[in-house]
Amino acid sequence: MNNMPALLKEIQALEFTAVDLNLYLDTHPQDQAALRYFYTVRDELLNHIQAFEQKYGPLTAAGDARTDCWQWVECPWPWEIEYD
Amino acid sequence: MWMYEKKLEYPVRVYKNDLGMAKYLLAQYGGPDSELSAAVRYLTQRYTMPTNKAKGLLTDIGTEEMAHWEIVATMIYKLVKGLPAQQLRKAGLGAYFAQHDRALYPADAAGVPWTAAYIQATGDPVADLTEDMAAEQKARTAYEHLIQLTDDPGIKDTLKFLREREVVHFQRFGEALNDVQAMMAAKKYY
Ligand SMILES: [Fe+2]
Repeated sequence: MNNMPALLKEIQALEFTAVDLNLYLDTHPQDQAALRYFYTVRDELLNHIQAFEQKYGPLTAAGDARTDCWQWVECPWPWEIEYD
Repeated sequence: MWMYEKKLEYPVRVYKNDLGMAKYLLAQYGGPDSELSAAVRYLTQRYTMPTNKAKGLLTDIGTEEMAHWEIVATMIYKLVKGLPAQQLRKAGLGAYFAQHDRALYPADAAGVPWTAAYIQATGDPVADLTEDMAAEQKARTAYEHLIQLTDDPGIKDTLKFLREREVVHFQRFGEALNDVQAMMAAKKYY
């Protein structure tokens, strides 16, 4: 059973939250509650990315997958992934 | 610089064989109000913005538009993948296939190639941010048209996400414009 698309969706949800908060903070840089929320989401996102990369390969070329081959080009490209 | 992340901002699911949608989706891939226009417009205008908020916002929204461009490309890619030329021809994609096969060439739904003439960068922050707000509204309405054109729940879902982003971008550009105008008004009394 390939759990990859489900884990990727969790990362997409977290990173989307970070992107949306990023834009909000660009025009509301003093909003302390939004700042705290952003850092919480960012920490959770980084944890998820690390766990994903160790299992399924790097999400960025400098990602956290340490293997004996260059996995960057091997794991599927975004337009090739089938989500449920 | 930019770093590529090997993932879509939002999942793309294609359930039905709505091939005609591949043609219509080109509107948002290489048309006047496409994601490509949005990305190039914002990433071009950012250099001459007078406030740090506007520089940051144009950089970040411009970057998100590139992710949207990739999402639209993925929908088209998945819709035409593996289909024979005759079937593409029946869906109105014969001319496109003749020139581009199944490649993702930036043209609009009627085959007109993308051009920088679709965008402006005037060096005037009020003019540029006002154009950006109009562009977001045009993109929003284009997505509403596209949603009406398909009955594929997967494509509808992704299009609704993209439509919602245009609403948020419009809101943020409005805030950046207010900020620029407040700064300019304050300057007059120096
Ligand atoms: Fe947008």
